[in-house]
Amino acid sequence: MPSLELLNSTQMARFVARGFLRFDAVVPDALNQKFLADIGSLYGAEDHEAVHDIRQHHQAIMRSSAIPVVNAGTPLAEAYPPDSALSELVNLPLVQGVLQSLLGENPTFDHHFLHVTFPPACYEAIGKRSTSQPTHQDSTIDPRRAFDVQIMYFPHEVTSAMGGTRFLPGSHLRIVSEASIGRYQNLCGQEHVVCPAGTVFFLHHGIWHGGGHNTSDEVRYMFKIRLCPTVRQSRKWDLSDLPNDHFEQRPIFWTEGEPDENHLHSILTSGEPWYEYDTGRLEYLNRIRLWRYLLGDESFDADYWLTRIENEH
Amino acid sequence: MAQKQQVLVLYLKSSALDSEVAGWAVYDGTGKTHHMAGEAEQPPYKSGVSALRDGWRLIQASPLVPEAPGNEFRTGYLKYEFFFEKLFDA
Repeated sequence: MPSLELLNSTQMARFVARGFLRFDAVVPDALNQKFLADIGSLYGAEDHEAVHDIRQHHQAIMRSSAIPVVNAGTPLAEAYPPDSALSELVNLPLVQGVLQSLLGENPTFDHHFLHVTFPPACYEAIGKRSTSQPTHQDSTIDPRRAFDVQIMYFPHEVTSAMGGTRFLPGSHLRIVSEASIGRYQNLCGQEHVVCPAGTVFFLHHGIWHGGGHNTSDEVRYMFKIRLCPTVRQSRKWDLSDLPNDHFEQRPIFWTEGEPDENHLHSILTSGEPWYEYDTGRLEYLNRIRLWRYLLGDESFDADYWLTRIENEH
Repeated sequence: MAQKQQVLVLYLKSSALDSEVAGWAVYDGTGKTHHMAGEAEQPPYKSGVSALRDGWRLIQASPLVPEAPGNEFRTGYLKYEFFFEKLFDA
């Protein structure tokens, strides 16, 4: 087996800060085509007359496709039949390396789902209006520091009109209750997935997201897999680039020039356009605490955010 | 005469009504427009005061509530939510 492509420390810090990592066109096209054929994809079809009822169409895909039914708690290594497209996907060196870095050894399968976003014509045919999916956080209230990882696999090109998944960078450490955030229609800094075929996202389970509005004439597919750790997620990435001065504090405010944006402390303390002035600072605390968890070292701090409030004698 | 309501929800960056917009939502009781998640990248106003100047009436603002002991550093829902309305004759 090829060696794992582990994440480096900068990538890990960016995941901690923003809640996702994106890898464009990393799945070979032959594998994308194999997956699309396995699910009986309508992507690229001249018309979608076969779609008379969206729910029935989805159930038909479930019955006839090569996507297996897998029990929650199954080791990922046993979830997919050998030589299947999904087995090849999760065994790509990059996918294995990212999962090893974020989750550690032997992650378990939680669930998977094929998200299908139909074009407006399919809704008009049944007298409904197509719309986007409201913003939500998956599962339920989840206050853990440990985290699950969700893979989003985009097997074909996603254009802007196709309504790729919308997500909010930096939202993953907010503790909310699933669909309760549906009122938040738009947030400054929200991103929409527009990507080439074979793009894979790895997301913290808490990231706020929703399916986009497909205004194209194509059916859009995205396959999601949720995976859980079975070990403490500590120091599982490629640590060789972790700087020696990583624990040293920097001067605050009264400094010359702009700080190095690639410094790990800068990554952990860079805000998002939607952050409120005060709670944006609390997000820095959340990130520093998560970085401590991943380091397995409670003495780490960036720009004194935690040291200041832990200074009791 | 019966009236119909348009509702604008602005999420600001602080409790100050003249602070910047971080997020927004629109619901149109007149049925003339339909709004959905992810439909726009730029907020309709720069601040709450900008909305007031355009004729939106403020009808509700988030209160400032002390953080509960033990939850001082927990982040969750957006804190500074302001509801505005415009009324139209039906």
